[in-house]
Amino acid sequence: MTTTVEAGTPPVRKSPSGAARGPRRRTGRIHRVGLPYLLLLPALLLELLVHLVPMVIGVVMSFKELTQFYIRDWGTAPWAALDNYKVSVDFDAPVGEALLHSFLVTVAFTLLSVGLCWLIGTAAAVFMQDTFRGRGLLRALFLVPYALPVYAAVITWVFMFQHDNGLVNHVLHDQLGLTDKPSFWLIGDNSFIALLTVSVWKGWPFAFLIVMAGLQNIPRELYEAAALDGAGVWQQIRRITLPSLRPVNQVLVLVLFLWTFNDFNTPYVLFGRTAPAAADLISVHIYQASFVTWNFGTGSAMSVLLLLFLLLVTGVYLVLTSRGRRAAS
Amino acid sequence: MSSPLAPPRSFLWSRRIFLTLLTGFVLLPVYVMVSSSLKPLADVTGKFRWLPTELTIRPYIDIWSTVPLARYFLNSLIVAGAATVCSVVIAVFAAYAVSRYDFRGKRVFTVTVLSTQMFPGILFLLPLFLIYVNIGNATGIALFGSRGGLILTYLTFSLPFSIWMLIGYFDSVPRDLDEAALVDGCGPLGALFRVVVPAAVPGIVAVAVYAFMTAWGEVLFASVMTNDTTRTLAVGLQGYSTLNDVYWNQIMAASLVVSVPVVAGFLLLQRYLVAGLTAGAVK
Repeated sequence: MTTTVEAGTPPVRKSPSGAARGPRRRTGRIHRVGLPYLLLLPALLLELLVHLVPMVIGVVMSFKELTQFYIRDWGTAPWAALDNYKVSVDFDAPVGEALLHSFLVTVAFTLLSVGLCWLIGTAAAVFMQDTFRGRGLLRALFLVPYALPVYAAVITWVFMFQHDNGLVNHVLHDQLGLTDKPSFWLIGDNSFIALLTVSVWKGWPFAFLIVMAGLQNIPRELYEAAALDGAGVWQQIRRITLPSLRPVNQVLVLVLFLWTFNDFNTPYVLFGRTAPAAADLISVHIYQASFVTWNFGTGSAMSVLLLLFLLLVTGVYLVLTSRGRRAAS
Repeated sequence: MSSPLAPPRSFLWSRRIFLTLLTGFVLLPVYVMVSSSLKPLADVTGKFRWLPTELTIRPYIDIWSTVPLARYFLNSLIVAGAATVCSVVIAVFAAYAVSRYDFRGKRVFTVTVLSTQMFPGILFLLPLFLIYVNIGNATGIALFGSRGGLILTYLTFSLPFSIWMLIGYFDSVPRDLDEAALVDGCGPLGALFRVVVPAAVPGIVAVAVYAFMTAWGEVLFASVMTNDTTRTLAVGLQGYSTLNDVYWNQIMAASLVVSVPVVAGFLLLQRYLVAGLTAGAVK
């Protein structure tokens, strides 16, 4: 990146005529200073319009009493000071209690889903580090859940989880006889398991992709040296592969965590607008609080709280992991 | 493993068992989707059957009349296509600026753009909804409920990652090439389009596939920001399951039809996309 200045001063401007040099250089400088900003402008404007301005407005909205009566002209909504926040975190009242419950469900779901995705992805990548017959085909197959549009994949799972005509009950109850009677998967407590299954099915290929790329950066000599020292395959995995993946894992786990925690598509397609209590993820919960009850102020306050939590976790995570890395090296 | 010795049996067997189970898990829904889409209705309303009693392509014909699937398809195609084109062009400009120029605020720009990826969509859904409604009221430009609003939204979703991926690709194009073009009298933009872009075609294709997939699969904003005429597949597909009779064979057929373009594109361009997607995380 340090050589970029030279690239920005085209040699063309080495004009042979001394008289023209002065003004030319000035336009050259305007060009050089202004051009990168001009190139960035469209991206910058769009990011402002769709991400940054709405975020600021979201924070402002969270301090307003913004119900359906004020949506057409939200500037006139009365200020609510911290009322929306108070309602959101009053865990003894129904709204706050439901939010806390949803938050805890989301935490449990995220930890399990990220853990399983990471575990399956890493295991598959490590097993497929070596070439063997059919490896390319297998890799393409494994990427299918990642490539499928979310709604198409999840709607298939909805069919599989149907009580009367679904595959899951047919296998578990009719064919294996593991359950006394067919279970309900999309309502009640089982919905958590259903959600977790779909989330892992859809999420692990990303971990697989990233870990596979990370494995390519491990020098072969390390393995050869270890083999000469008599280390077996399992030992090589434990002593070389897994430690070498640590920097990759640092990013991967964070990205998986953020995506899973914010996931809206999976629960929304799986359960519809109102998720069962056992699988009431926070994104759907806030969506429901905002669009079904038309209370945007409280919904915004909840969103801001969610963002603050994510920022806090990300910050702590980055500090802890980079400290761990420094201590390890 | 890369050891010169053959791996021990324990390793080979673990690998075989693990990969077999995993393949089963991955392919199960795919099998359900494909086989159910070829079943008559009776096969999907009763107990689940592994094999169809008879094979029929009827669901593939009926899907177009049960719900206005063709319209949803067209809407998705327009929205995802336009979002992809805009996103790629804008990302090319931005990535070129970051890759080839040193300027004040460069780091702030890249960090800010990338960090928008972590924000929960729900956080800016509500304000964006209000912004679009209010822009519509003030200027008469219908963003809310229109394809334009959705295109605008989706293209910013893929923009951060696209810019990031393209910076990596552009950095790998030797600077001597664009300098030579500048000597030959091209302006900076000439150098970009005649030299850098052609050299980074794989990266640009990867970014385009990524942007298309993002827009094609998005549900949250589509569910709020579309109406009957602008509804995309992401929302329209759910129309089947709210009917009195749930035509699961048709739903599976429709799911398969809407998946084919993206899955085929992804698998064909897998190598480029994987390289681009992983570049950032591994660096």
